[in-house]
Amino acid sequence: MVFNTILYDKNGFQLETTGQPDFFPDLNLDQIIGAITRPKQEYNLNPFFWTPLRAAETIRYRQEVFQDLENEPVMEYIKGFAEGMSVVRRYLAMMEKLDFDYHRKGWFLEAVLVYCDAVATLARHLDGLPLSSRGLSAFRDYLVYYVQSPAYQSLATEGQQVKSALAEIKYCVIIESGKFKVKRYEGEVDYSLEVENTFKKFKQSDAQDYLVRLPERTGMSHIEATILDFVARLYPKPFAVLDRFCTEHNRFIDETIRTFDREIQFYVAYLDFIADLKRQGLPFCYPQVSATSKAVYVRDGFDLALAHAQRYDDKKAIVLNDFSLRDPERILVVTGPNQGGKTTFARMFGQLHYLASLGCPVPGREASLFLADHIFTHFERIEDIRNLRGKLEDNLVRMRDALIHATAGSIFILNEIFSSTTVQDALFLSKEIMARLMDLDVLGVWVTFLDELASLSEKTVSMVALVDPDDPARRTFKITRKPADGLAYALSLARKHGLTYEQLQERIPS
Amino acid sequence: MMKVFLLYPDQDFDLSVPLPPNVDDLTQDLFLNILFEAMAQGDKFLFQVTRQVVLSSLDEIAPIIYRQNILKDCLKHPDVVRQLYQIPLEFLERKRKRWLWVSPRHSTPTSILSSARELLEASLDLLRQLRLIADQNVNTFDSQGFRRFFTMIQRELDDEYLTLVERHVQRLRFPQGVLLSAQLGKGNEGSGYVLCYPNDADRNWLQRLFTLHSPIYSYTLHPRDDAGARVLGELRDRGLARAANAIAQAAEQIESFFNVLQWELAFYIGCLNLYEQLMALGEPVAFPQPVPANQCRFSCAGLYDVTLALTMGTPVVGNDISADGKSLIIITGPNRGGKTVFLRSVGLAQLMMQCGMFVPAESFLANLATGLFTHFRREEDKNMERGKFEEELERMSTIVNYLTPNALLLLNESFAATNEREGSEIARQIVSALLEKGIKIYYVTHLYEFARSFSGDNVLFLRAERLPDGRRTFRLKEAGPLETSYGVDLYRKIIGAEKQWNMPR
Repeated sequence: MVFNTILYDKNGFQLETTGQPDFFPDLNLDQIIGAITRPKQEYNLNPFFWTPLRAAETIRYRQEVFQDLENEPVMEYIKGFAEGMSVVRRYLAMMEKLDFDYHRKGWFLEAVLVYCDAVATLARHLDGLPLSSRGLSAFRDYLVYYVQSPAYQSLATEGQQVKSALAEIKYCVIIESGKFKVKRYEGEVDYSLEVENTFKKFKQSDAQDYLVRLPERTGMSHIEATILDFVARLYPKPFAVLDRFCTEHNRFIDETIRTFDREIQFYVAYLDFIADLKRQGLPFCYPQVSATSKAVYVRDGFDLALAHAQRYDDKKAIVLNDFSLRDPERILVVTGPNQGGKTTFARMFGQLHYLASLGCPVPGREASLFLADHIFTHFERIEDIRNLRGKLEDNLVRMRDALIHATAGSIFILNEIFSSTTVQDALFLSKEIMARLMDLDVLGVWVTFLDELASLSEKTVSMVALVDPDDPARRTFKITRKPADGLAYALSLARKHGLTYEQLQERIPS
Repeated sequence: MMKVFLLYPDQDFDLSVPLPPNVDDLTQDLFLNILFEAMAQGDKFLFQVTRQVVLSSLDEIAPIIYRQNILKDCLKHPDVVRQLYQIPLEFLERKRKRWLWVSPRHSTPTSILSSARELLEASLDLLRQLRLIADQNVNTFDSQGFRRFFTMIQRELDDEYLTLVERHVQRLRFPQGVLLSAQLGKGNEGSGYVLCYPNDADRNWLQRLFTLHSPIYSYTLHPRDDAGARVLGELRDRGLARAANAIAQAAEQIESFFNVLQWELAFYIGCLNLYEQLMALGEPVAFPQPVPANQCRFSCAGLYDVTLALTMGTPVVGNDISADGKSLIIITGPNRGGKTVFLRSVGLAQLMMQCGMFVPAESFLANLATGLFTHFRREEDKNMERGKFEEELERMSTIVNYLTPNALLLLNESFAATNEREGSEIARQIVSALLEKGIKIYYVTHLYEFARSFSGDNVLFLRAERLPDGRRTFRLKEAGPLETSYGVDLYRKIIGAEKQWNMPR
């Protein structure tokens, strides 16, 4: 029986990407993925998160596995198994650093025993559980087959036998000043017990404890190694068996299982990451993902990086936002006051699509998303006016390259570009770029201060960051479909300070 | 279990129980320090112990009788008791001289074991001495306490056991090295180190020579292998940990046993000291008869103030009083007629009875008191003003906080710091209330109005005797109060004939 991978269905296999996608920093996906993989360094999970899927079917395959793992007992057993495998790796790594032969072989034996136990336990547990994902069901079949295979059986049984033989050995060490001797144990009597019994009559219930807590030392000194050597000479048989065992089962870890142990952590790490947020009441869902339909929407979505950063801050509640694009709509144009949550909104759009393309559950109550072939991001920051010309040139070059490589299946996310040029230039450049984007028919979000862009065509949708009508200075972080009303905003602010015209008429005496 | 149990039949004396809240008043009013000094004979430890025991009154009859019987044995065999007392003293002396200390912190099992072993070695012959005394006296002592103690010693420290202890004390020097048994743990690392006794340790060298040996592998450390020596030391420590713990606990407990023995015997040594002094003075002592607290009884013959006798160095006058069923005893009479002395003798006898001692009397019978309280006029209060009266009332109020039914209250000229009318009224109210609550009261007073207001079967009036020629006998007789306090006598004696004073009609 063959089982390949828990990450891909039959036709969906892809090679791992070796580097972070270029749009990660702009969308704060580097923060998210970093936080996910940091506690799991030993598994090297980054490449999994850097490789978006190409087929909607594979996305569904992964979503199924996620859903199985959201079942607590399943997660518990998988985690138990992972812990065991981690111990095995630790023992094997430790082994490499040891100098003494039987010391090394001793730890090798321990590693085998832990491995056998972890595998058998997982097999036993999975056998009794209801699994709905194709991936885990297939793995379970493989595991059951493996545990019954002669290779595994001999490993487990022989391992136990060697261990039992060694555990039976009992020997004596006689310590004198500057010298020691080792001999077989010949029924010598426990003296501590005798001493304790003799002096028990003097013991009162409140006797102070003189037991010195001696620290457990790891590693073996040359003294202990010599003792071990002597023991091996006194009891040669069990050690010969150990020798044979180690040679025969040198590579004992099944490759499929080793691979599974790593790959399943993709799911575990992600679920661990969102667990806290779920506990705080933030919604997550499995989106519909289509490679063909560009009708997308999300209800109650949020920026995952921001939510994670603010997870301990009770005062800052995460604001949930919706968006939707129905044919022929393609581009959300977002305007509104500064610090109003526009950039966060744009990031959310990007994160949702990317995470969906990994097959993960996304932040939101309900979602239908598009499987893009690439996400192009252009985030600009307000810069020193002296760098303007050089920066503009670089930006346009980048933009040109993007437009060349983009297809109808791409997504564009533009944030406050051209904000360092004059309004006239910005308007001209933006209109040009927008025209090209509409030609390509790409999906996208464009955060801008240029209201005109919001109503350029039927493909653009105007969204506005709302302010509190009573206190225009207060941010709500709510983004909603609305015609751009930048000027209206400025007026409200003036009213608040008694500076509207009518108010000035009244205030200033004639 | 090695328990001393010489102060209680079934428990150790609890040093944590606090002394009564009025300990300072009692000490001042009853001259207790004179008593304790007589018992201590200059020994600070004896002073401390006797003070603690005397002031921690027992509230049940059984333990009182228990101690009385032990004390009777002590009085009959003073030399044995003093000999017994020497044993813990000797132990402390040895410990001090040889700096034998078992301290667990920063110590290794090896060093703990070594010092504990030495301590035990120093105790062994003392334990044998103890055993010898027990053997010699188990049948000549009569009290339940001593019989139990000696039998316990014989049982716990029998020959077999003492020899066993001696043998272990020798073995724990590990003359042939420390032997540990072990097994292989994870990674074939040694684990489960258990200290074992060598199979052939008891055979002599010739026998050992001719015994077939299983193979042994030896390894000698290089003389400069410090790391190796350290590892070996840790291994030995690991093996010795439990044995070190056991023997250290044993050493600690032997020390504790000697400490308790010293402490409890100290009380009886103090009693012996007092007894000898009183015998030398020719003063009588008797073992009192305690009756339950809820019975109102008191009768004595020849009851004297022991502190007065000790101070004066001569026998002093005793009193014969019969006060069964009397809850209020009012004592009046001339100044310096022996009233305060009598009051003191009552208080001292009560304390001594309730800690199991003999009392300074020819005979004595009284009920147990649930608390003993004194309210004496303070010396410096001679020139009374209104402020001092308040101080008296305040002091009385503090006492009331602790009063319970069947307590004993000794009032010495209380509430006299104001005019007689006022003082009488206040005294009347206080005394009536206290009597209703079951408090027994002895009241030395000049408040005639007050004395007159009490009568009945529960009241006893005593008067300090004055002979026709004005001399005091210092004895109290049953008699009602007279109006004057014979200040006239004193006046005549000290100042001379009074001037005639014609009272207008």
